[in-house]
Amino acid sequence: MMTTNALTMDISQNEAVEHHDTVSIQTLGFWLYLMSDLILFATLFAVFAVLRSGYAGGPTGKELFDVPYVLAETLLLLFSSVTYGLVMVAVHDDNRKWVQIGLVVTFLLGLGFVCMEIKEFHHMIAEGHGPDRSAFLSSFFALVGTHGTHVIFGMIWMAVMIGQVAVKGLTSPVQSRLMRLSMFWHFLDIIWIGIFSVVYLMGVL
Amino acid sequence: MNKNKYLFLAGLSALCAVTVLGGCSSVVLFDPKGPVGESERFVILAALGLMLIVLIPVFIMAVWFPLVYRASNTKATYMPKWSHSTIIDVFMWGVPLAIVAVLAVLAWTRTHSLDPYKPIPSAHKPINIEVVSMDWKWLFIYPDENIATVNEITFPVNVPVSFKLTSETVMASFFIPQLGSQIYAMSGCQTRLHLMADEPGTYMGHNQQLTGRGFADMHFKAHAVSREEFQSWVQKIRQSPEKLDMHRYAKLAEPNDGYFPVTYFASVTPNLFEHIRRRFHPHVGMDHGHMSKGPVSTHEGTAVSEEN
Amino acid sequence: MFGKLSLSAIPFDSLITMSAVVGAGVMGLVILGLITYYRKWAYLYTEWLTSLDHKKIGIMYIILALVMLLRGFSDAILMRSQQAIAVGGAMGFLSADHFNQIFSAHGTIMIIFMAMPFMVGLMNIVVPQQIGARDVAFPFLNSLSLWLTTAAAVLIMVSLGYGEFSKAGWSGYAPLTEQEFSPGVGVDYWIWGLQIAGVGTTLTGINFLVTILKMRAPGMKLMQMPLFVWTTFFTMVLVVWAFPVLTVDLALLTLDRYLGMHFFTTTLGGNQMLYTNLFWTWGHPEVYILILPAFGIFSEVVATFSKKRLFGYTTMVYATAVITVLSFSVWLHHFFTMGASPYVNLFFGIATMLIAIPTGVKIFNWLFTMYRGRITLASPMYWTLAFIVTFAIGGSSGVMMSIPPADFVLHNSLFLIAHFHNVLIPGALFGLFAGFYYWFPKAVGFSLREDWGKRAFWCWLIGFYLAFAPLYVLGFMGMPRRLVHYVNLSWHPWLIVAALGAAVIALGILAQGIQLFLSIKERKALTDSTGDPWDGRTLEWMTSSPPPEYNFAKVPVVQDIDAFMDMKERGVAYQRPDHYNDIEMPKNAVHGLIIGGLSFVFGFAMIWYLWWLAILAGLGMLFTVIARSMDDDTHYIIPAAEVVRIENERYRQLESIANRRPTGERTVPEPVPEM
Repeated sequence: MMTTNALTMDISQNEAVEHHDTVSIQTLGFWLYLMSDLILFATLFAVFAVLRSGYAGGPTGKELFDVPYVLAETLLLLFSSVTYGLVMVAVHDDNRKWVQIGLVVTFLLGLGFVCMEIKEFHHMIAEGHGPDRSAFLSSFFALVGTHGTHVIFGMIWMAVMIGQVAVKGLTSPVQSRLMRLSMFWHFLDIIWIGIFSVVYLMGVL
Repeated sequence: MNKNKYLFLAGLSALCAVTVLGGCSSVVLFDPKGPVGESERFVILAALGLMLIVLIPVFIMAVWFPLVYRASNTKATYMPKWSHSTIIDVFMWGVPLAIVAVLAVLAWTRTHSLDPYKPIPSAHKPINIEVVSMDWKWLFIYPDENIATVNEITFPVNVPVSFKLTSETVMASFFIPQLGSQIYAMSGCQTRLHLMADEPGTYMGHNQQLTGRGFADMHFKAHAVSREEFQSWVQKIRQSPEKLDMHRYAKLAEPNDGYFPVTYFASVTPNLFEHIRRRFHPHVGMDHGHMSKGPVSTHEGTAVSEEN
Repeated sequence: MFGKLSLSAIPFDSLITMSAVVGAGVMGLVILGLITYYRKWAYLYTEWLTSLDHKKIGIMYIILALVMLLRGFSDAILMRSQQAIAVGGAMGFLSADHFNQIFSAHGTIMIIFMAMPFMVGLMNIVVPQQIGARDVAFPFLNSLSLWLTTAAAVLIMVSLGYGEFSKAGWSGYAPLTEQEFSPGVGVDYWIWGLQIAGVGTTLTGINFLVTILKMRAPGMKLMQMPLFVWTTFFTMVLVVWAFPVLTVDLALLTLDRYLGMHFFTTTLGGNQMLYTNLFWTWGHPEVYILILPAFGIFSEVVATFSKKRLFGYTTMVYATAVITVLSFSVWLHHFFTMGASPYVNLFFGIATMLIAIPTGVKIFNWLFTMYRGRITLASPMYWTLAFIVTFAIGGSSGVMMSIPPADFVLHNSLFLIAHFHNVLIPGALFGLFAGFYYWFPKAVGFSLREDWGKRAFWCWLIGFYLAFAPLYVLGFMGMPRRLVHYVNLSWHPWLIVAALGAAVIALGILAQGIQLFLSIKERKALTDSTGDPWDGRTLEWMTSSPPPEYNFAKVPVVQDIDAFMDMKERGVAYQRPDHYNDIEMPKNAVHGLIIGGLSFVFGFAMIWYLWWLAILAGLGMLFTVIARSMDDDTHYIIPAAEVVRIENERYRQLESIANRRPTGERTVPEPVPEM
């Protein structure tokens, strides 16, 4: 064997350094994804801000929006964030059953939100106030619809996680995925707060 | 301004080769025929002169260093760890900063004085021309004379020309290089441009922005003539059998293949330009275009006072 | 059922297109035939297509880039020939429809499918090694990015033979790209090509940011990272910030085209300039996405071949950071002629000038790195020197255009074309070439022949000036860009010179082909058995050429900038550790390839209105992602004994070189006993 000097000693003592912390790497990666998604939404908000008065003789926000209805939607989504918070508490306690119950409840709340949104969209389109009516409506449907699509993908992810928790249990990769889904779900909540205030509340003011 | 003159000379000498090779008259940006173009030539040459302050040392060092410090020249000083010098840093940041400061001042003054929306000061009442870009030709309406032409304009020399521009289709860019600035023409919007010729002559104009298949054929001649010649030209147009009413306009608006021949219209439906512009946004009030806050919208407000 | 599909979408009537299609088809068949004949399918599949090894992914990216360079350059040759002929009454050999597709494809391909994959390829090969890592943070995402980019490139190539490409320029300004004015499938090919590649690029951005932040070797502080790692970092910051804007912009255009919405239409409240603003909000940072990595490459090259530490390392890092931030505040200079108020124009004009300051500082830093060095003029250095001089000119013409009134006469003219080629060819392509020649031996284990490399260089450089200097003059002569034919006779001689320039560049590309061919043929003689052919300064030169799958048997500990040079100077560069451990590496995965393939099907289906197929492909992608996410067993172990075997081989090789050379000629690896 060759002589070991201080440097190589140092390496062998720091063996752990070679195994990069997978969870923290994945979390950082997901944060960065959320940041790029945030820019995507920021762009859609900017587009909405530019086109918000492009009614082209069509209906305005004031005529279209039913604030109590949207408030109900908002409450569904906010409450689903709370239940997801409880899911993470259950993950922390390693309580598989409550994790699953929490996920199912969150999923159902998300489903309620999506159904209400689809009903709202359907109503508007049926009345002739679809996205092809005016620039204002185009930007409204694009912004709100992109959020809704995100929620649907979050629900698909949640369904997959319900399956994974059932099959694999709360293993470390599953926990890490649940944590990232939690970030995603809360992120969508924050975006929705923005939509609710900028699109709906400011729209009817 | 004295400093600017030196810059001008430096830039001018640097471009001598270019101008000589090209022949003065065909290098149109250096052979301007109006105050706007002249001023813009000055800006280009001044900027070029300023850039030479950086370019020349770069050229010298890029040749000199590899020669002197080539590996085979073992006599040259070798300092493998030398990687910082405060003096060099100060120059490296300071000189470009100073140049940019001068450029910024130049840009500040000239961007204001050369604002295409700003009327050109003159004793004469400006000629008004309304420009409509179409697929693929230019329609010019003279609202005061109540005539219109396609692919040809004529205006008196030494009289400011005030253009209002819009588009029947996609975005185009209206440009007469020898007179100076270009400006976009956009459907539903109105942009403005002020030019003046100070020498009689025929200047080529064209579309500078891709508009599709017939884009390359969107060129026209701009004649700068004496005031008398202009009057007789107007009379000539008025003799034309063609009249530009809504029906004729719809026919004109159809896309054409190849260069659209010069056409004269003896009269024009009143407010045709406004009609074309507002066709795209019929629900919007008159003041819709007056947003000068953000980059998304064009500014309409700066030059309205001179409108007649 | 069949959407817009129809036999008439094949351009049978265009001889040029059909011969290109047939040529490409024959080439493809020959390659497939050879693979089958030599029974290489299994090898190709296991060693390359499904590999998650960052070095192999990097090489595949570069192969893609080189293929697309040939396509993009063919477009350039066609454009230059057309403009050299179509003067006065002559119409040339291309119709306006065809010509417009060619320049649209040229821009799109050169930026998105040549420069970007080339750059990402070099980053893949080099960055993990430079930070002393064994792979990127997300090896699977890396493979996915590659196959998404490839799928998009294939989609663009398919547009050549089936349907058409966009005729609205690479920037696709609305409303010209709206259904009303561009009813064909061309714009849709362009949209879906950009979108699919854009997703791949965004994933790459996230991947490399995490890699650089989290995977550095112990001891490597941020301010000790090689400059190429720094510029990669800032490039990826730009990618993650800017690409979502493009995604939205194109998505909104898609909604306009497919669902009749009114974002950028001329009527019903649409705002056409909104498209342009969003496009350049991405588009200007994109310029720096292309240029910053090259800045990093030049920094590595100039220090190595001057045998000297990079001058002003800290300044370089901060200058790059300043450029990154400022690049988001200049987008409006692409359309000063929109008629915005002088104050708006001035804000963006002065911001544009400001961005020239850190760029200029960088140029001086490279120059002063050479000062008091020991400069070897190997071919990477040729490209670097050519870059410094040429880029300075291109940058200056950019500063001229940053003054709004100057832009009023230069905008959209051939001066603009000359300017951005004068920035992007030296600033991106020369950098990519410098990196290609610099890291080639590292990636594949043998060097490229210098003689043909230098011939190629001179052709490129002379060809470049011949091709683009006339365009500056033509800009001053008032010639607009994108003219399929023109009447002004005085433009003609200059366009002939420009066409000659393109021909000289073609010779340069030919010389590069010969160089590659001869070098592969003589690869035994050109073998780099040291792993450090240039007396390098950074960690990638510590590994063998090509490196083992795990790069570093033992992750190095970093103490200084230029970590490897520091180790060589301290005499510890080739010391062996007392033992090796098992190494965990990512397993191959086919999911990236599948998703890439399905994204191609999805894009094609969307372009041709085959909704059922698009839905199937979309579901297929979703299920592949889910299947991959279910898999917890994504790594395998290289046992320590195998590592010992590989490393023994490596050190035996180093020993034999050390014995062959007179001592003191270079940093000689110390002879080491067997383990």
